[in-house]
Amino acid sequence: MMKALIERLEQKFRISEVVRQRNDELFMTAAKEEAVSLVTYLKEYEGFTHLVLLTAVDWLEAGRFQLTYLLNNNAVKADAGIRVYLDRERPEMESIHHLWKQAATYQRELKEMFGIGFPGSPRVDEPFILEGWRDIPPYRRDFDTKKYSEKTYFPRPGRKTYDPEEYMKKQLYPEE
Amino acid sequence: MADKNKYREKFPEKDPDGSNIIDPESHKFIKVWQGPQHPGITGNMSLELILQGDEVMHCKTHVGYLHRGFEKLMERRRFIQCFPLVCRIAVPEPDFNEYCLAATLEELAGIKVPEAAKWMRTLILEMSRLTSFLMWLGGQSGAFGLGVAGQWTNYVRDLMLDRFEEISGGRIYRMHIPPGGVRGLTPDGFRARMEETLQAVEAAMKDVDRTLFDNAVFKRRTVGLGYIPPEMVDAYGVTGPNARAAGVPKDVRRDHPYLKYPELDFDVITGNDSDVYTRTDLRRKEILLSVDLIRQIMAKMPGSGEYMAKLPNVLHWKIPRGETYIRAECTRGEYGFYTVTDGSGYPRRINVRGPSYTHAVALMEKLAVDCNIADVAGLMSSLHTYPPEIER
Repeated sequence: MMKALIERLEQKFRISEVVRQRNDELFMTAAKEEAVSLVTYLKEYEGFTHLVLLTAVDWLEAGRFQLTYLLNNNAVKADAGIRVYLDRERPEMESIHHLWKQAATYQRELKEMFGIGFPGSPRVDEPFILEGWRDIPPYRRDFDTKKYSEKTYFPRPGRKTYDPEEYMKKQLYPEE
Repeated sequence: MADKNKYREKFPEKDPDGSNIIDPESHKFIKVWQGPQHPGITGNMSLELILQGDEVMHCKTHVGYLHRGFEKLMERRRFIQCFPLVCRIAVPEPDFNEYCLAATLEELAGIKVPEAAKWMRTLILEMSRLTSFLMWLGGQSGAFGLGVAGQWTNYVRDLMLDRFEEISGGRIYRMHIPPGGVRGLTPDGFRARMEETLQAVEAAMKDVDRTLFDNAVFKRRTVGLGYIPPEMVDAYGVTGPNARAAGVPKDVRRDHPYLKYPELDFDVITGNDSDVYTRTDLRRKEILLSVDLIRQIMAKMPGSGEYMAKLPNVLHWKIPRGETYIRAECTRGEYGFYTVTDGSGYPRRINVRGPSYTHAVALMEKLAVDCNIADVAGLMSSLHTYPPEIER
């Protein structure tokens, strides 16, 4: 089933890095300008009607974000993940809120947590979880949580800290 | 009902997409916040309601009161250090998080889990589902003023927590499903004590049946409230009991079988029209199904055997580059972990897909409109929303 699907998609779209993770799970990379058409095609013609999730991965070293659209086809019980790479300097993507209502929530969160813009998506600029946040978007990998908490919260006196790695090594592998 | 709609034809006016036009300057509306104080079982989230009289004209969900940044924290932790962290994402049923993380790491690292561990995991997940539903039933009935049913179900839930304590030592966070297997099998005499507990659950459910489902007040208030038509299921990303009550047989246990579910005998329970009453009734049937499944598991699972696969030194555990999505059917619907690894000792990204993410925001904002404000708490309970899995 999946093999035939890949062949059909390859005829219509420029897809690459196709990985069959399991018999019922497929990941592929799509070109940025074709991604929404690919998602729409999968939804309308291939039966992938359920948007499981929409999320981003930060590849800081490569200077790009990866968006992942995960779709599910409940008739044949299969998943298709579509990766899209965005330039980290100007991250912006077409919105898919017209296909699924809940996509607007995902896009609002991505705007807040990764700073990825989705022009036209409803309420995309309203804060979702963080209110009054002024730092860089916190789920980016160059945001240092430890530094932030040291800067924002005062240290409490009398607290001992252990290096977790040393501590666990002593607990788990004392003879090594 | 018909009269009310007739009155509504003129005011407030509607947008082309059917939503009410709210003009605060008209002084015909008031704004009320429901939450973020813990309003029963639904957790700390708030609904910004715009009312005309006592009817909701517009609803906006606000979350962020329980954000602890789990996904970010996990990026800075070794794979094994994520294990004690994930259970805290969903307190009433932490085991689904543990299973999803364990199964993800096992798939990406190519670890084979022993058979006895698979049975044990199935047992833990079903017990977890049962305890979560029992607690939820208290919230649902409490939201409509029937506190007593919740007292009974919480009592039997406590008995089930005793069984958890026997297995793992923990009552709320069991942490029994680490990557590689489980921490142990059942102790001596467990089967008999489990059977006693299951009988107590069944007895309590008979009482709940009479006090809640045959109650005229409950029926009058819930039938027709918060109706989800089947065509909304995919358009709003509805899963789990909310979707099944609309007659859409979506159940991860059957659609994408995992652990030992293919060897268990059960039918996917569906309802006819997904209003609050049908959803409550469907979850009552799910409780009884869980009881049945636990009995089946207890009869089939081995009492001894290998239960933990050999793991590499977990402090230097590196997982090759890859990505996968693992899902499980939790009480609220499809729960899943989307994980990306980059070949290092830390996950590149773990994204938690909680079913409340869609139920509490897009769906709730739609369903609350035209509801009476007194029914909003009950409607929220009936979607079984849980904020920490929205915020992670």
